Amino acid sequence: MASGEDDGSVEEKDNHKKRTISPFALAWLTFYNIAMTAGWMVLAVAMIRFYFEKGTHKGLYKSISKTLKFFQTFAVLEILHCAVVRTSVIVTGVQVSSRIFMVWFVTNSIKQIQNEESVLLFLVVWTVTEITRYSFYTFNLLNHLPYFIKWARYNLFIILYPVGVAGELMTIYAALPIVQKSGMFSVRLPNKYNVSFDYYYFLIIVMISYIPLFPQLFFHMLRQRRKVLHGEVFVEKDD
Amino acid sequence: MAPAQSVELRNLFAVSHFIKKVCEEGLTELGEPAKIKNYVFFEVEILDPKTKEQLCFLDKVEPNATIGEIKCMFHRAYPQWYPSRQALKLDPKGKTLKDDEILQNLPVGTTATFYFKDLGAQVGWTMVFLCEYAGPLFIYLLFYFRPPYIYQHRHAFTSSPYPVVTLACVCHSFHYVKRLIETIFVHRFSHGTMPLRSIVKNCIYYWGFAAWLAYYINHPLYTPPSYGNKQVNYALALFTLCELGNFSIHLALNNLKGDGSKTRKIPYPTKNPFTWLFFFVSCPNYTYEAGAWLGFTIMTQCLPVALFTLLGFIQMTIWAKGKHNTYIKEFKDYPDIRMPIIPFLL
Repeated sequence: MASGEDDGSVEEKDNHKKRTISPFALAWLTFYNIAMTAGWMVLAVAMIRFYFEKGTHKGLYKSISKTLKFFQTFAVLEILHCAVVRTSVIVTGVQVSSRIFMVWFVTNSIKQIQNEESVLLFLVVWTVTEITRYSFYTFNLLNHLPYFIKWARYNLFIILYPVGVAGELMTIYAALPIVQKSGMFSVRLPNKYNVSFDYYYFLIIVMISYIPLFPQLFFHMLRQRRKVLHGEVFVEKDD
Repeated sequence: MAPAQSVELRNLFAVSHFIKKVCEEGLTELGEPAKIKNYVFFEVEILDPKTKEQLCFLDKVEPNATIGEIKCMFHRAYPQWYPSRQALKLDPKGKTLKDDEILQNLPVGTTATFYFKDLGAQVGWTMVFLCEYAGPLFIYLLFYFRPPYIYQHRHAFTSSPYPVVTLACVCHSFHYVKRLIETIFVHRFSHGTMPLRSIVKNCIYYWGFAAWLAYYINHPLYTPPSYGNKQVNYALALFTLCELGNFSIHLALNNLKGDGSKTRKIPYPTKNPFTWLFFFVSCPNYTYEAGAWLGFTIMTQCLPVALFTLLGFIQMTIWAKGKHNTYIKEFKDYPDIRMPIIPFLL
């Protein structure tokens, strides 16, 4: 679900309301979104160049890992942006957390899976998604949104989201035997705090949690799409 | 019996006002001695807020009927929606009307329009708490006796060599038995019910955490506290004092509601020293509860217990702040020095 896009309710709300954010916030957000668009484009170019030069995806992750970690971690700021931009903190929090989890606690920590095809899969999905999303936000902030960006943001996810989720799940699945054997991030009994943590079972629980969470986020995006692109009015369930 | 004077019935408000006056005062004000008091029935229509479709139409409703009574009438038309499951509002986006509101006191004409919302399946508070508390009680005991398949087979039905493990079991069980007794004999609940979904969520939380912490405390590889008996004894003292404190506060709050009136009163300290915490705190019951769990955490030196205590403390602080703000809004002379849950701090 990390590859999916979040609510998008912000920009859509702002389209109908006058912008009430301060000039400073506007400047910062514009800068942030342009920088992030640029960052993910740099990643995209680096990935394409690597593939054309080497002809294989092996070693690709390693070559872009620093840039990826930098830009994906920077996205944590989006949780703070929720205060200004009126997005749901919880949705953004879940979104960003799952990305951080994938980058730092799966691909970065479990080196043996870095050359899996599934890693390339979700990297490509994330790159396309983020370039679309950040350029959408940028143009929105500048009040000059080209239709094709809006179209891309609200249509590409239909393919990208499930594919991204597949890539992430396959990566975690491939990591399981390595985690079990190495016992990484795990705490065993006995210890003086009387607690134990098994990263292997934790990863399995994470995989299972995709089952309830992914459809919710996906259908949310579908509803946003119908609202924004087709002007459908949804009667919201109150409370 | 037309009135001698004519009254300008220009709009709905004037009409309803006129009818109200006639009901209250008879026709004397209008020149004719009222031999029979004119009695006007209201009509009530209940609509679906989204489709505006009329779900129910009630005629001949007494002006002094309460919302609760109207809900009963609605229930007769729709047996699946018992009164505690109904929310009636004057406005689709407005506040839910209380059951004791009287029809004629509401800003409605003689045909009142209400919007209905189904709150979902409801369960009475007593049943809620019995489920929520009986679960952890039995689950913990289950782990204590180490049935097979929880721990390794060679540990089945064994007992821990550490007295603190048995002590923890006694304390945990005492805590929940006390809560069950309070639910049955002490507490009086203001709202009648709770939605079914909440109970499932709460039970998963309480039962799940109970299982998780019971698993570690009763584990064959359990490590007793680092500072030994001193730590256990101090923690036990804290736990006991806080349990007594919590019980005293519940009794005091119960006596506050004793006269059966629905009006709220400011709780004050009584002769019982445990209630003296009321000088400093709006919700000492939560303070004592947090203290008891802190005692239990120190006694068992178990991280999951610490986490449970922390989460509980956060939730109780939120509740305490809400209660504190309600008290301040309701009572102009509310003591300044009181804080919601921690004296002088929080």
